[in-house]
Amino acid sequence: MSEKKEYKVIGTRPIRHDGVDKVTGRAIYGADFQITGLLHGRVLRSPHAHARIVSIDTSRAEAHPGVKGVVTAQDLPTAEDKMADLGEGAVNLKYLCDNILASDKVLYKGHAIAAVAATDPHIAEEACELIDVEYEVLPPVLEVRAAMEADAPILHENLRTSSLGETGDKPSNVASHLQHKKGDIEKGFDEADIVIEREFVTGTVHQGYIEPHNATALYNPDGQLTVWCSTQGAFTVREQLAEILQYPISKIKVVPLEIGGGFGGKINVYIKPVAALLAKKTGKPVKVLMNRADVFEGTGPTPASYITVKMGATKDGKITAAQTSMVFEAGAYPGSPVGAGAMCIFAPYNTENVLIDGYDVVVNKPKTAPYRAPGATNAAFGSETVIDELAEELNIDPLEMRLMNGAKEGDHRADGPVFPRIGFIETVEAAKTHPHYTAPNGKKHHGRGVASGFWFNIGLESSVTINVNPDGTVNLVEGSTDIGGTRASIAMQAAEVLGIPAESVNPTVVDTNSIGYTAVTGGSRTTYATGYAAYEAAQDVVKQMIGRAAKLWDVNEANVQFADGEFSSINGKEEQISFRDLSARLGETGGPVVGRATMNPAGAGGAFATHVVDVAVDEETGKVEILRYTATQDAGKAIHPSYVEGQIQGGVVQGIGWALNEEYIYNAEGEMTNASFLDYRMPTCLDLPMIDAVIVEVPNPGHPYGVRGVGEVPIVPPPAAIANAIYDAIGIRMTELPMSPDRLLKAMGKI
Amino acid sequence: MPVVAIPALMRNLTDGEDSVTIPGATIREVIDNLETRYPGTKAKLCDGDRIHPSIGVYINGVVTRVGMHARVDADAELHFLPAISGGVADILH
Amino acid sequence: MARKSHVQTTINGEAVEFLCEPRQSLLEVLRDELHLTGAKEGCNNGNCGACSVILDGRLVNSCLVLGVETDGKSVETIEGLAEPDKLHPIQDAFLENAALQCGICTPGFIMSAKALLDQNPNPTEHEVRYWLAGNLCRCTGYDKIVRAVLDAAAAT
Repeated sequence: MSEKKEYKVIGTRPIRHDGVDKVTGRAIYGADFQITGLLHGRVLRSPHAHARIVSIDTSRAEAHPGVKGVVTAQDLPTAEDKMADLGEGAVNLKYLCDNILASDKVLYKGHAIAAVAATDPHIAEEACELIDVEYEVLPPVLEVRAAMEADAPILHENLRTSSLGETGDKPSNVASHLQHKKGDIEKGFDEADIVIEREFVTGTVHQGYIEPHNATALYNPDGQLTVWCSTQGAFTVREQLAEILQYPISKIKVVPLEIGGGFGGKINVYIKPVAALLAKKTGKPVKVLMNRADVFEGTGPTPASYITVKMGATKDGKITAAQTSMVFEAGAYPGSPVGAGAMCIFAPYNTENVLIDGYDVVVNKPKTAPYRAPGATNAAFGSETVIDELAEELNIDPLEMRLMNGAKEGDHRADGPVFPRIGFIETVEAAKTHPHYTAPNGKKHHGRGVASGFWFNIGLESSVTINVNPDGTVNLVEGSTDIGGTRASIAMQAAEVLGIPAESVNPTVVDTNSIGYTAVTGGSRTTYATGYAAYEAAQDVVKQMIGRAAKLWDVNEANVQFADGEFSSINGKEEQISFRDLSARLGETGGPVVGRATMNPAGAGGAFATHVVDVAVDEETGKVEILRYTATQDAGKAIHPSYVEGQIQGGVVQGIGWALNEEYIYNAEGEMTNASFLDYRMPTCLDLPMIDAVIVEVPNPGHPYGVRGVGEVPIVPPPAAIANAIYDAIGIRMTELPMSPDRLLKAMGKI
Repeated sequence: MPVVAIPALMRNLTDGEDSVTIPGATIREVIDNLETRYPGTKAKLCDGDRIHPSIGVYINGVVTRVGMHARVDADAELHFLPAISGGVADILH
Repeated sequence: MARKSHVQTTINGEAVEFLCEPRQSLLEVLRDELHLTGAKEGCNNGNCGACSVILDGRLVNSCLVLGVETDGKSVETIEGLAEPDKLHPIQDAFLENAALQCGICTPGFIMSAKALLDQNPNPTEHEVRYWLAGNLCRCTGYDKIVRAVLDAAAAT
């Protein structure tokens, strides 16, 4: 893939196919869905962070005029019954079900307990207040270090620490421990001329998608369940519904409507099974919507963490040892992304001696969910700050330090595997030569910082079919919900193969009955894997069309070639026909042409990013202003550069929010005190400058056009880059996120 | 012969070895031969007759998608690491 | 249930009558009663701007206005912006600039931008950022949105 290829469609910037619907308000998102006879559902949530449920009495709610049905955990198939024969799986199923509707204990404020369906959403809300729940309130534990104490309140009596198959012998809030070990860590520190060890704390943050969760469910008398919703993956919703409801997959159809942001937070289900239970109970379609407080308190944020990082380097800047202990909060049930964070933390650097320990710890907060490069941002905040400090102590330019130690093809990742062709060095070089980095930076209380980040990206399953229309256009059918312009980036890959304009491909995202299995839009996989499937499906179309041309001309298929949208015969007959003209002659040559492909590609190719940021620190208020931001990133090959830039810019700004403002604030009772967009302060456009996105292209050998996923890695460097810039501005190392005005004032000794 | 990197938390079963050469032309053969030499290792890596869903098998740096069936070159480098699903309801596994 | 009120209003230039409860917001009326679902609910307390509409020439969060308050008034929503065969220049600019990703905030941003350009046809970048600060977007980082609004201003 080293030679520069000439493309006609790839790398251009067409108008996205779903654009007009989305700028005119006509696109139908989950909450916009309407159906005759619709009832409205509302979920009752726990006011306590930790409590035993003594009793639930729904009789007053059921008697309320307009109420058509009430459900509790009693309406879910009970997981306990299967515990004996399924072991670990049943425990997990119980966790999964209990997070939908709590059965015996509530484990966080906002934990769902019951739900009502009524003729009107206000009536449903009124009826929730008529459900009488008696609680035995228990002390909550809200922070990982406290949760690991010997006398900490225990969330799950049956939870034992698991450590690669070994299980602890007493109840613990530590769900699991993992470890990566390479080389000899003590030898590595002995070889170092300088060793720096620091502690870092990061807050609980939310994906902050603007569209709350939603679901509309309908049970037909024949047992067919249909769920209309916004989700990152219709098929994973189907799987989760089948598990939670213990219902056959063949009887569940999930229809993905437009989705208003996800960032990892719309993979796990919350109210979709509740809508299904209410629909079953009432025999009517039921729509359940969350409000914003429900979203903050009842869906998965991404974990707070406590991370120690210790790194050593020689005088000339070579990193000789890297060690970390990463403790991530899982929320109410096990399953934080500490494993992913542990794989990413030292990945950009070729280090011989590594020791990584990771701990997954339950606390009385919502069960955490993925958020854009899950775990990697927490990790990089620690490692990239320590590397900055090493570079400073050694008087080496921080980007030079990264070039000296940066991982290249053939190097081994800190956790073991060998890197294929990657573009880390190229992103550092692009940052180093960027006019931003070479511009002067010397004003008082202004500072510049850099940081890098890694995310591995994933492949997973995708299916695409392509139907050829008689006018030379094609209809492309796919199962990847489009959250950021992927209809366009997928369609463009098919268009390139077929030699037709992007506008001649009509992409449609369909329900689970209408396309082969397709994994979630997540893991930066969609343009890579579903795009790859579109490429292969288009190749299948070409192959079939070659057969049709051969039939038309009465020649051997081997004597027909296809290039630049034209079929032509070689060897003998001088025949030529365009894709468009041949499309009009499919009936007479054998019938319609449908191309198809399914993929489960392995070569997702890792993504690297290097960011440069300038900040100004207001000494009186502690406010940090972002003055300038440049993000370089290896995209492999940018299919639609505008949407690649958009992913980079959006990821950067989420990272800025994480760095400076965003966190769940709890009181001693374990209640989130800022569950609104007013108090959970996400960046607005007034807080920001333009974000300069620099696309570096080091083609991924695992994709025909060289695509690497781009969606996640841009959120990884910002907190560290901003911390490093703050240090440059005021000489103080910030080790706690968010770096909010109060924390800065405290660090500066002003309060 | 393929080189198998032993996960840190399994090295108590391999006399502390962090990397061993094990014969085998598929992941299944390598794991079976590993088990013969170091009893108890297969149970850590497999759930019955398939790779444990929480583990990803890397062959020469690339995650295989076909588990036990994956072919392994004579000079392949194998790693067993936590599986990353892109956030897909990990709790199901 | 409270007795419903009869409201006569103008929406996107058309006379519209509806019945609504006193507790229903304009956003609820638009979405649930009139099926104009272009205005979105992101927070229902005036912090995200996804439900932005123009009421008698003034930009409002429709979640903070009661349906009954619109009696005798004129409401502009995203559905009224495009002509049958032509998008509004702001809509074109959003498409040309790739100023949307998931698109849920887009109707609100476009209505806010229209209200800005109606009163200030040549805003500076800072004025655009100041005016749009009531609209949250979580996908784009705002860069392309600000450029789109500046482009739309230049085009008209």
